[in-house]
Amino acid sequence: MTAVPAGRPTAVPLRVRLAARGIDGTTMLVVPALLAIVALFVYPFVYGLVLSLQPKVGPFTASYRTFFSDPFLRETVWNTLVLAIPTTLLNILLAVPIAFRVRLMSNQRLLTTILVLPVTLGTVLVAQGLLTYLGPQGWFNRTLLALHVIGAPLKLTNNYWGVFASLVITGFPFTFLLTLSYVSGIDPALEHAAATLGAGAARRFGRIFLPLLVPGLAVTFCLSFVQAFAVFPSAVLLGAPAGSTHVISIAAYQAAFERYDASLGSAIAMVMGAVQLVVVLLALGARSLFYRGPVGGTKG
Amino acid sequence: MIRDTGIGSKLWRTAVWAVVVVFVLNLLALIATVVIDSLSTRWLGTWLPAGFTAHWYADAWDEFGLTDVLVVTFQVVGAVVLISGALGVTAAYALARRDFPGKRAATLVFLLPLLVPPLTYGIPMATLLYRVGLGGSFAGVVLANLVPAVPFVVLVMIPFIEQIDPRVEAAARVFGASTWQLFIRVLLPLLLPGVLAALLLVLVRTVAMFELTFLTSGPTSQTLVVALYYAVFASGVRAGQEVDVMAVVYMVTTLVWLLLALRFVNPTQIVARAKTQGAH
Repeated sequence: MTAVPAGRPTAVPLRVRLAARGIDGTTMLVVPALLAIVALFVYPFVYGLVLSLQPKVGPFTASYRTFFSDPFLRETVWNTLVLAIPTTLLNILLAVPIAFRVRLMSNQRLLTTILVLPVTLGTVLVAQGLLTYLGPQGWFNRTLLALHVIGAPLKLTNNYWGVFASLVITGFPFTFLLTLSYVSGIDPALEHAAATLGAGAARRFGRIFLPLLVPGLAVTFCLSFVQAFAVFPSAVLLGAPAGSTHVISIAAYQAAFERYDASLGSAIAMVMGAVQLVVVLLALGARSLFYRGPVGGTKG
Repeated sequence: MIRDTGIGSKLWRTAVWAVVVVFVLNLLALIATVVIDSLSTRWLGTWLPAGFTAHWYADAWDEFGLTDVLVVTFQVVGAVVLISGALGVTAAYALARRDFPGKRAATLVFLLPLLVPPLTYGIPMATLLYRVGLGGSFAGVVLANLVPAVPFVVLVMIPFIEQIDPRVEAAARVFGASTWQLFIRVLLPLLLPGVLAALLLVLVRTVAMFELTFLTSGPTSQTLVVALYYAVFASGVRAGQEVDVMAVVYMVTTLVWLLLALRFVNPTQIVARAKTQGAH
């Protein structure tokens, strides 16, 4: 692309050589945004890591040791996993069959718009609404009582189940819309071919769709899990923040901004990141055990 | 389309739709609860409140200083939208048009803030902002909110820019357009729908961004969603209806922009950060 006169390769100016590798004025447009993210995201993360290794007192691992030796703090990892993994799995289990039906609908816009609502409104509003709705006098308990499903109101707020409900309500739409985009990406011709050869609905799902969906579901699981693992406002407002829903983000927040132990706060944030990373790696590792390849039905 | 006609398939289909209906009903009932309670005189132990009134709106508006909160919210959101638009669109243009060494690393840097939940990186970031004296200030809140906003604009804009034929730009150059003219006369009109969609989505996401604003805001730099959190957190101090008024104000603020955004984009785009995962 650069017209270099033969025999004089050393005379090529730096500008031209850089442009040949794809670096010119246009490329430099990426710099401001990149600097902003490095300064506001990468640097604080490294700073937090260093800070977590500089405790107020004791050796450099003291903050981590505090976290893992105090049962009240250590149990937050378990409390959070017990909330995040079941809700994520439930959301995926619900999302897959529904996505299979919705993919056949001609007008999906109304349903997807309704489902985008809780994602947009966010966890604070959902928590506030659920406090009344699931409360002992709320419509949920009233309806169940009126239908004689239960004899006495269920206690669904200020405990595990309140947070569980809020994670399902805010998490399901997110999981569903991701799943829907993966399900719609599978060529319907594959299903038609299987049906022509006499496969029933269950076999078409098990033998055709599921293997093609597993990679997408693994990514969906990771993204939904990571969001659920960072649950914060609903665990405070709708759960028992000192008890069963004392989740890891509450511990990190309290350490950093209520006890002003920035080192411990950063250490807990790092542990939170590490647990997320481990679960994501496990999920992606499990994915590699399954089929990987094109989901289109055409040659190629 | 394949039609399964067995009794099992029909039952299965009915069950799946029943789950959807139950979910949507619960969601709508949850929203209706908040709206009805904000308008009720007294609502204890009955299906519907004893009477309806609008006076809680006036009370809550004064009590929570909602005018100030709304002004701050729109200042924060406006600043985030403008800055992330300027930074994000230019970066997206470079990433869409040039292939340079380190492009994959740059893309990863833009992808990470969208994949890591805000609370995980927010705590070290807020600690740092407090150390440099920006914690609790307007600037700190804006800076914190730029972290998810800039990458979001970049990733939404890249496909939009790739759709524009580079030959259009080349043609403008041939006819003697300067870089500035090229940008104003050619690129901007072509990119406007994409930019508008990306910025509206950033707007909706920033209004609803709780964690980062919560960690970095002070008493004078709270946005609506953080004020709502504190109101719910301290509920019992005030009438429950006033907290619900605040929730309704927040809901209306978000939904107006959401409805506007939905005119330009597909609803799935609001959550489809994973589209970029296709590169795996």
